[in-house]
Amino acid sequence: MRLYFKYLRMLVRSQLEYRESFIMTLLGQFLVSFSAFLGIYFILMRFHTVRDYTFPEILICFSSVLASFSLAECFARGFDAFPRLIKSGSLDRILLRPRGVAFQVLTSNLELSRAGRLLQAIFMLIYAVPRCGVVWTADKIATLAVMIAGGVLVFTALFILYAGFSFFTIEGLEFMNLFTDGVREFGQYPLSIYGEGVLKLFTYVIPVALFQYYPFLYLVGRSDDKRLALLPILGAVFILPCSLFFRLGLRRYKSTGS
Amino acid sequence: MKRFNLSKAPVGMKKYLSFFKIRFIAGLSYRSAAWAGVFTQFGWGFMTVLMFKAFYESSPESFPILFSSLSSYIWLQQALLAMFMFWFFDGEIFDSITSGGIAYELCRPCGLYAMWFVKNMAARLSNAALRSVPILLVAVFLPKPYGISPPDGILSAVLFLISLILGFLVLIAMSMLIYISAIYTLSSAGVRILATSAVEFLSGAIIPIPFFPDGLRAVIELTPFAAMQSTPFLIYSGHIDGDKAVFLIGVQLVWLAALGLFGVFAMSRALKRVTVQGG
Repeated sequence: MRLYFKYLRMLVRSQLEYRESFIMTLLGQFLVSFSAFLGIYFILMRFHTVRDYTFPEILICFSSVLASFSLAECFARGFDAFPRLIKSGSLDRILLRPRGVAFQVLTSNLELSRAGRLLQAIFMLIYAVPRCGVVWTADKIATLAVMIAGGVLVFTALFILYAGFSFFTIEGLEFMNLFTDGVREFGQYPLSIYGEGVLKLFTYVIPVALFQYYPFLYLVGRSDDKRLALLPILGAVFILPCSLFFRLGLRRYKSTGS
Repeated sequence: MKRFNLSKAPVGMKKYLSFFKIRFIAGLSYRSAAWAGVFTQFGWGFMTVLMFKAFYESSPESFPILFSSLSSYIWLQQALLAMFMFWFFDGEIFDSITSGGIAYELCRPCGLYAMWFVKNMAARLSNAALRSVPILLVAVFLPKPYGISPPDGILSAVLFLISLILGFLVLIAMSMLIYISAIYTLSSAGVRILATSAVEFLSGAIIPIPFFPDGLRAVIELTPFAAMQSTPFLIYSGHIDGDKAVFLIGVQLVWLAALGLFGVFAMSRALKRVTVQGG
């Protein structure tokens, strides 16, 4: 763990060296998610509610997903960039070192500029928290925190899954975007609005609804069942099969030889 | 072709055609990437349709466009994504600018603007060629308001094709400006990410322009952003027709000429400043 923080410090420092380009990309990341916000704003200006969810409620949902995504992307960026390690053959170097592969991949990269999205999420929360009609008792605050934390773990699991697939195909990886970027984009709205089938898919196959939809129901008072607030913890278990898959891929890895 | 003539040598159409061919065929060889793309874009389109369905059912009277028109728009957008996604840039061109490889390009007896233009066209078209057909085929067979419907008539189809070609050219003329800005600034990552998010939003790639607030919509319709994917897709779906369609095609023509001329001018100025360091 101490080694992890040492790596982290190193990566942070190296990125702050290029201050201007860092700020530019930070701003860019912010604006990218700002346009997503603007999209929701324009649409909700026209429709006011979607399946009875109000604009501030949707913002709570969106900002928790966005915060999870950007934190996961910030820290698990190494897995996101993993296909490049395979392509360039740098993975061989990693395999030679006396530390776990997953640990080294995790510490190989840290994308601080991705925090631009986090900034956007925080702004939206600041706007939505007093307006969404939730009485912010301790357990509601805890629910939101658990939602975000659970989301970070599920997105990290998806990035690990993505890295795992790169042992089998490099070119065909694009389909995973549907589950990483796609979840971020379509997770703007509570997953139930897409209908029963989609909700089931994102409950039982990819446990996104476990940190996005069900605890959200409790958070905004559509349900009084406190157990819903604990579901993100169950969702976080998703990281186990994903790591297993990654390990499976690692075992059949053959170097590209370059 | 006279106006593209940046180098001293005479410029013919043929060599651009071969640049086009090389890039097009290279693009066609990424088959598994294409299948993955088809899967992704189909899923994306499917989710987008479901999302708008939720809005439609929440308040049908606020819907600014027929649902079947919107579905056609979404499926065209997904099928032709490779043609109209602004964030897709040719990494080789940026590399040639930062590495100095641009010097070799300048030695060739052809105009740099036209060459880059053609390369970008080919790369996008080959990606789209592989991906669009399977997506459209599935979308045709989806149940009624959720799939893609045929165009509104022969006139719509013809206007759509004209507008599609123009929209594609406007988009490339706009993305040329990003490449050209890289000649000035060398590091273009910042400009690129800012321009990309602005263009994507204003061109109706995130939400279709009919969903914008009314005042804003009227203004955006006249900008080069709407002249990219929005105009052709809305003509196809019958949301824009008749005189308005002809007028908006005119707008596309004007922007194509303006962006093209400006690009050629900016590039010739940029190239005067280029100093390639030896090595």
